[in-house]
Amino acid sequence: MQFKGTERFPAEVLDKAVAREGGYRNALTFLDWTTYFETLPADKIDLALELEADRMFNSIFTSADVESERTVIISERQGNENEPMFLLSEEVQAAAFRVHSYHHEVIGDLVDLQTIQRDDLFEHYRAYYVPGNAVLTVAGDFQTEEILDRIRALYEQLPDGASPVLQVRDEPVQSGEKNLSVVGPGETTYVQAAYHAPAGNQADFFPYLVTDSLLTGASSLNLFGGGISNKTSRLYQALVERELAVSVHGGLTATIDPFLHTIVATVHPQSSAEKVVAAIDDEIKRLQDEPPTKEQVERAVKQARALFAYGSESITNQAFWMGYAEMFASYEWFLNYLDRLAAVTPEDVQNIAQKYLRVDKRVLGVYRPLEGQEVPA
Amino acid sequence: MAEITEAHRLSLPGPDNIMRTELSNGIVLYVRSNFHTQSVVVTGYLMAGGLFDEDEKLGLADFTAGALMRGTNKYSFHEIYDALESAGANLYINGGTHTTGFGSKALAEDLDLVLDLLAESLRHPVFPAEQVELLRAQILTSLAIRAQDTREMANRTFDQIIYNGHPYARPEDGYPETIQAITRDDLVDFQRKFYGPRGMVIAVVGAVEPEQVTEKMEHRLGTWENSDQPAPFELPLIPEPAEPLTRKYDIPGKFQSDLVLGAVGPERRSPEFLAAALGNNILGVFGMMGRIGEVVREKAGLAYYAYSSLSGGMGPGPWYVSAGVDPQNVEKTLEFINTEVERFTSELISADELADSQSNFIGRLPLSLESNAGMASAILNLERYELGLDYYRRYPDLVRAVSRDDILETARKYLSSDRLGAGIAGP
Repeated sequence: MQFKGTERFPAEVLDKAVAREGGYRNALTFLDWTTYFETLPADKIDLALELEADRMFNSIFTSADVESERTVIISERQGNENEPMFLLSEEVQAAAFRVHSYHHEVIGDLVDLQTIQRDDLFEHYRAYYVPGNAVLTVAGDFQTEEILDRIRALYEQLPDGASPVLQVRDEPVQSGEKNLSVVGPGETTYVQAAYHAPAGNQADFFPYLVTDSLLTGASSLNLFGGGISNKTSRLYQALVERELAVSVHGGLTATIDPFLHTIVATVHPQSSAEKVVAAIDDEIKRLQDEPPTKEQVERAVKQARALFAYGSESITNQAFWMGYAEMFASYEWFLNYLDRLAAVTPEDVQNIAQKYLRVDKRVLGVYRPLEGQEVPA
Repeated sequence: MAEITEAHRLSLPGPDNIMRTELSNGIVLYVRSNFHTQSVVVTGYLMAGGLFDEDEKLGLADFTAGALMRGTNKYSFHEIYDALESAGANLYINGGTHTTGFGSKALAEDLDLVLDLLAESLRHPVFPAEQVELLRAQILTSLAIRAQDTREMANRTFDQIIYNGHPYARPEDGYPETIQAITRDDLVDFQRKFYGPRGMVIAVVGAVEPEQVTEKMEHRLGTWENSDQPAPFELPLIPEPAEPLTRKYDIPGKFQSDLVLGAVGPERRSPEFLAAALGNNILGVFGMMGRIGEVVREKAGLAYYAYSSLSGGMGPGPWYVSAGVDPQNVEKTLEFINTEVERFTSELISADELADSQSNFIGRLPLSLESNAGMASAILNLERYELGLDYYRRYPDLVRAVSRDDILETARKYLSSDRLGAGIAGP
């Protein structure tokens, strides 16, 4: 609804105003936060500052706009549901979180998208879009003092509003493995193993990043960063080279509350989900029994340094990194990222494997194709 | 309208800040230094695309490209990827339609490493039998996944309609039966015959000095010769469209259908390309997906994505409108899109629309050149489409020179109703 405009910047004016200057704007909602961003030529950045100050207080939310946006979001969800991995990961996430709001996919359930009312949306907007709950980051070609003056002039006049109380419902400790399966069209089987992981600002998060890098390959935490191949990772060698899977990848997410570390494998047509899971378990046990070498840890740190350098090249990414770090920790988290990774020891990695990568604490999901059968309507 | 100051104009790539040279065997090399970053990007292509594939072995060029890094004279598969991944670098070689492309991103300190591996993989692959079979299973699985992807299959169906019988109607990654028919010897032969310096172009951008890059390239690739390498593929003419055609590809069990409606567009080198690109921006890109987004997404609420796309390319790529919708709304959406395309080909766009899109094109140029990868790709296009080293300096004037009449004329020529085809995929 934030793209539907305000009195000052109606929808049709808003997008065009930024595009006309050669700029780019978008927004995305993540588990913990929603971000709005504009990238513009340096001498046009006032436009972004003005429209964001306006948007966070003066969005209109007409009923007609709510109805047309409702079907657009339902269409977005239907597009996601076409993907086997969306269907599987939605079920895995729901099973991993029975109590915490991470139970729900960000896009929401169909029944809620069908029934949610204009006032529900507007109340959410009023409650959470307040200065005490917002972070503004700016990166690019400007003088800090000058831009701070402009930001103060635009944003200090906005009414404070009470900072919302976050309704956190702690997830109880999982006791015992949870297994689930999803059945759908296609001829490809997928496996997703999800382990409860530390939050982004917990000390264990950094050794866990190295652990994930050893198991499934280096990946960038920055949502806009690129990655590298993972053909020398332990699970690629154990699964893909032994023709149990055709691909494997994994990832950790920096969140406010503890979320998940996931391992996803696309099963080889001549193999089975069971063989893939057994091989994953063997590799995890190897890491639990024996710490990696110092060289293996140093290698993971060098990979992280390279990905960090790539991810910091564009100014959009620089601004994103700062804001993202502020959401679950602080700007210092971003500044100290490489140093904290460099401090990880082989024993830290072994400890992570023993503490988190446990069968009795995981959710194991399998997407099984309905080969040659009628798909139920 | 967005303007570019003289200082900005001179910071754009041009003859004084891009080095263009030819290695002793004719490989064209471009280098641009950027010491604001720690990384270096290498990207390029050689004339070994899927157009050379026989129908029975469709996917051979792509399979060959994918197998090059599975082992070489000097390095095993493990050694190649251990070196790359230890450095946090990436390197890929991918088959395309006209060309096989390659690219790498690395910290500048690792440039020698990626150039060694690139040159070895292109020149001396050994195609280990067990690696070829591993790769074959991966390709077959990706084809099985593709067959379930409504967006991909709508595009394939559309290509078959508008390129009826033309090589562009074929998917360059092949079909399961053609991938099964390819032998290891086919890969060896394809590399031996089609890989070579003729027509090869490389761009390097990042924290590197041009002279050093030239020396490194000359050493690794400048001595490469291949007298068997054929002339570039001559594309046959596009067949005249028959009746407007709509065809559906069934994928049971899916929640959303995808549709693609359009026609064969101009190639990138065509004098009409820029008018078509500005027109396409108005039709289905500008702001929130242009006129198409306004009607299909904003007003009717039918789709999360509904946009238009102009491919350009070395030959006449497609120009189409695409949307993902509830399977029940396919007909209704096609009507809305047809109405908009009809309006676009029969009425002049407004002066404001043209000014907005011109301003957008000129203003976004610096942003598209911000990263080393964006710059490298822009430089490669200078050579691929014979645009001239000063193209990006001339670009604002070229954009401003396009008129409303130019756009209407181009739209009529390419998107008239008798040329349109539509591909649909879904339940």
